[in-house]
Amino acid sequence: MTADPTPLPRPGTALALTGLTVSYGAALAVEDVTARFPAGSMTAIIGPNGAGKSTLLKAALGLIPKVQGEARAFGQPVAQAMARIAYVPQRAAVDWDFPARVIDVVQMGLYRQTGLLGRLTPALRDRAMDSLARLGMADLATRQIGALSGGQQQRAFLARALAQQADLVILDEPFAGVDAATEAAIIAVLHGLRSEGRTIVAVHHDLSTVTAYFDRVLLLNRRSVAEGPTGTTFRRDSVARAYGNQLLAAIPA
Amino acid sequence: MTPFLDALTFQAGYNAALVSLGAALLGFAAGCTGAFTTLRRRALVSDAMAHATLPGIGLAFLAMAVLGGDGRALAGLLAGAALSALAGLVWLQHLTRTRLPEDAAIAATLSTAYGLGILILTVIQNLALGRPAGLEGFLLGSTAGMLRSEAILIAAGGAVTLSLLFLLRRPLVMTAFDPAHARLMGVNTRAVDMALLLLTLACVLTGLRVVGLILIVALLITPALAARLWSDRMGGVALLAGAIGAASGHLGAALSLALPDLPTGPAIVLTAFAAFAISALVAPDKGVIAQILARARLRRTLRGSR
Amino acid sequence: MTAAEFVPLTLPPLVIATLAALACAAPGNFLLLRRQSMLGDAMSHVVLPGIVAAFLLTGSASPAIMLAGALTAAAVSALMIEAIRRATGADPGAAMGVTFTAMFAAGVLLLETSGASAVHLDVEHALYGNLESLIWLDATGWPSLLDPAALATLPPELPFLAAIAATVLAATALLWRPLAIATFDEGFAATIGIPTRLLSAALTALTALAAVAAFSAVGAILTIAMLTCPPATARLLTDSLPKQTALSLALAAAAAILGTLAAGDLPPALGLSFTVSAAGCIATLSGLFLALTAAFGPRRHPSGPTR
Repeated sequence: MTADPTPLPRPGTALALTGLTVSYGAALAVEDVTARFPAGSMTAIIGPNGAGKSTLLKAALGLIPKVQGEARAFGQPVAQAMARIAYVPQRAAVDWDFPARVIDVVQMGLYRQTGLLGRLTPALRDRAMDSLARLGMADLATRQIGALSGGQQQRAFLARALAQQADLVILDEPFAGVDAATEAAIIAVLHGLRSEGRTIVAVHHDLSTVTAYFDRVLLLNRRSVAEGPTGTTFRRDSVARAYGNQLLAAIPA
Repeated sequence: MTPFLDALTFQAGYNAALVSLGAALLGFAAGCTGAFTTLRRRALVSDAMAHATLPGIGLAFLAMAVLGGDGRALAGLLAGAALSALAGLVWLQHLTRTRLPEDAAIAATLSTAYGLGILILTVIQNLALGRPAGLEGFLLGSTAGMLRSEAILIAAGGAVTLSLLFLLRRPLVMTAFDPAHARLMGVNTRAVDMALLLLTLACVLTGLRVVGLILIVALLITPALAARLWSDRMGGVALLAGAIGAASGHLGAALSLALPDLPTGPAIVLTAFAAFAISALVAPDKGVIAQILARARLRRTLRGSR
Repeated sequence: MTAAEFVPLTLPPLVIATLAALACAAPGNFLLLRRQSMLGDAMSHVVLPGIVAAFLLTGSASPAIMLAGALTAAAVSALMIEAIRRATGADPGAAMGVTFTAMFAAGVLLLETSGASAVHLDVEHALYGNLESLIWLDATGWPSLLDPAALATLPPELPFLAAIAATVLAATALLWRPLAIATFDEGFAATIGIPTRLLSAALTALTALAAVAAFSAVGAILTIAMLTCPPATARLLTDSLPKQTALSLALAAAAAILGTLAAGDLPPALGLSFTVSAAGCIATLSGLFLALTAAFGPRRHPSGPTR
């Protein structure tokens, strides 16, 4: 579709987006975003409401069609690297009254191993239970998912991603509407994954925790505003540009 | 062709003219009402309501026959239909208070009410209480052999529904556009919702004999979706939907009068669908052709900017 | 009733209704959870134009031709629903409403303006079903079930429905895992290699298949009762998907068996000299089951946080 050659990703790049453009109807939701997520890094995607953060992730994963551009993971087109990627959607995206227990949801992360009819071996069952235990949810394994609090739902979602043992974990607003204990538990697990050399990309809303949680940021407002290590990129002027100065304008001088 | 033209120009006899007029009035009322229900995403409630009329029609027939009257008196049948449609609505409300999603509640209501209706119809057939043959006309609509009193009732039903709609147009538009704001402005939105349900019921009852209970829902949805393609303003959508519904009702009734084998309901519904299909193709901005052109323009702009 | 009456007159409709009910209830569970119960409504309506068109094009009324016609119509209508949704931004319910009424109307139009109504295809059949007419004249009693000569004269609908019910149940079992995952979380499902669009199409196809099967037994609209009511009833009884599905199959079979028997036996027991519509009875009974669980079911309310 595009004639221009995609630059060879440098080794050590977990995810590379090149000129990614997504439209809803005739309106562009994401425009010409190019970004690189190094392996072993933990990146926050930050931007105002409607900046296209979730849309960018979904388009990168191929969940919604893109108008232009390319997404490559570990040097391959994303579609071929999906086995190494785990995706944690927004908690609100599913119906939690679905007839399933917590462990059923976590075991969904093992589908690549079991396929249509493959048996859930004891080793696979253990993997699912370990994932739950890492989030402090082991004793809730047989609870109905509808009976979980918001924070517990989010932990169940992350446990499902852990069960996938993916090298790249993409999370859409993992901290939205969760309690402080859950937030701490999730961030501990994510930092643990990073220390294992895995890559984390998360849509994030709380500007006050960006520096503490993430080592890289991508500032987005339909287009990429700035991208790089948190220390040099997450500065007042770049954030102000991403938020169209609305943040600063809201504060009396 | 001549019978069709005659029917179209109200020249096919007094009854036929009344029926065509009634169908047009009904089409206008249903189109307008449907614009409000469809845009509030409650379109299929009317389908459940329509199917729920069948047990009432059957029971009313039985009651009138047992009491020694003519089981086929339209006013009595419609009264039974109204009562059982309301019972169906109550049942639907009850189901939606469980964990079941609304669409499942609608599907369950319409199918079991319909099943019960069929059950009662077979009882009527077997009891040999007069001629139940006329009752089948309520499924797909039939204008053949319609009595003058029935034609007058249908025309009157259309006119009454339409005048109610005219009276309620302001609160309806305000509630459809922004319920919270309407409440602030002193509109009782719950009452408006109830009124909308009653208007829908009036359309369903008027439509029973002409369009039939299986297809009447089309007259509440199809013109509304077609109109939505042309206009973004609630008032405009409602009026346009009414116009499309009226044209479909009139044309369809004329077609069916000219071709006696063709039940009225399908004729009206297919006419409305044709209007929708044409709109979907050629409407500005939202039509298929306009969308293809817009996408091509977007591609060109993107290529130019690189 | 003696075996000499039961086997030829009651057993075939009973078995056919049960098979149709099972074929509908299985995919109905996933339709319910996907908020697509009205898709069953749509599919059961579009069977009619498909069957009529297939008959008019080929001149044959064989089950295979009817099936092909119905499935083609189902595919066309699924595409139409999707196209209307995209073009108008309408909710799925409205898009379905436009589609199935137009298709059904077209079916009636085709029927009434062509010669198709001459060959046992008629609107009444489409609306009521003709369960009672599916009798096995050559059967004389239970031994006929082992008699190859008598078995050869079974109503052709019976083996046809058995094949469809087996196909639908087997496919539901085979696709169980991906269906459950994609129904719960479609975006996630796509990222773990489940072809979600194909899977949705497969579920639509299964629904259409079940609707075709049920069409000959209970008619177009009563099909929805079997697609919706047993799964909805089971949903109000349990919080486990496997249990819900098993229960829905049991409830569907119970409604079919009890409904058929009641239609034939209840009026005589009340001193009336006739029978009533079996299809109507089955649908009413399935609605009664739902009414009972909606009032008393242990899981009739959504589960909330228990802390």
